Amino acid sequence: MVKRTVRLTTGANYGLRDWLGQRVTAVVMAVFILCLAGALLVAPPQGYAGWKAIFANQWMRIAAFLFLVSLFWHAWIGVRNILMDYVHATGVRLTLQILVILSLLFYTVWSAEILWSA
Amino acid sequence: MKFSIYRFDPDTDATPYMQDYDIELEPADRMLLDALVRIKTVDDSLSLRRSCREGVCGSDGMNINGRNGLACITPLTGLKEPVELRPLPGLPVIRDLIVDMTQFFKQYHSIKPYLINNDPPPETERLQSPAERAELDGLYECILCACCSTACPSFWWNPDKFVGPAGLLQAYRFLADSRDQATAERLDYLEDPYRLFRCHTIMNCADVCPKGLNPTNAIESIKDMMVKRTV
Repeated sequence: MVKRTVRLTTGANYGLRDWLGQRVTAVVMAVFILCLAGALLVAPPQGYAGWKAIFANQWMRIAAFLFLVSLFWHAWIGVRNILMDYVHATGVRLTLQILVILSLLFYTVWSAEILWSA
Repeated sequence: MKFSIYRFDPDTDATPYMQDYDIELEPADRMLLDALVRIKTVDDSLSLRRSCREGVCGSDGMNINGRNGLACITPLTGLKEPVELRPLPGLPVIRDLIVDMTQFFKQYHSIKPYLINNDPPPETERLQSPAERAELDGLYECILCACCSTACPSFWWNPDKFVGPAGLLQAYRFLADSRDQATAERLDYLEDPYRLFRCHTIMNCADVCPKGLNPTNAIESIKDMMVKRTV
């Protein structure tokens, strides 16, 4: 344990959280892709019914949703980094960031809808 | 030997241009700086910084055939001709090969490059064990020539916000010092999306460092320290 002193009132203080988040989400995605690729190689699904059967399993849906949420979170950190580097007008940057957040939230809801609707 | 050198004099030139030189070298001219001094005997309007001429002062950092380095320790043999010389990239040019290092040193000063220890000074030195002292190897040797920071795209895009490899190497030099007591404050200062985390580990800094240091390693060590104290 490190004894915490009063935090300096400088900066946005979310650098480490984002950096770590990007790495953790990358690991989640890598594990899911490897497992899925392995499963598909061992038992290649036949036709629409085969694919549907894979995603009928509740655990598979949860894992796929976890993968997609990781992807969107990872994308948010990366896209914000790009916007911070290249878009210097604050108003334009904020607008673009809000658009990115709204799209990613929409994708999250949409992926849940796709996974659990059938 | 043929050279193509970036020239710009704000008093007379509207835009920078490349000037060609073809000079006769003497047998004793071994390093690029020797050739530049030789060129100055022909054209004394060519401006560059240099001092110790042996890779210790860090004055003659420049872009040599597309790669940052110190002219004084770059051997002439092996340089592709015409040798293209430009000022360090990303910093404002004052004249010819001389750049304005204000932003670079501002970032260096921002990390408080000095020992912070609030204990009363002891009778003798603040002693370190040999192991503690060894922690500083590969960190204290930096000569602040700016070759690394001006090779870093993150520093080009955000020189006012990203500390840059040279500054971060020095930040870790004091974080790693057993006598320093300001670890928490130093880490707090760097825990921001720009100052430290604009580094995306492309290692241009380690690639060009004329002293063979590795700022990327130091940056990774700072991130390690932050993870350990947070998680």
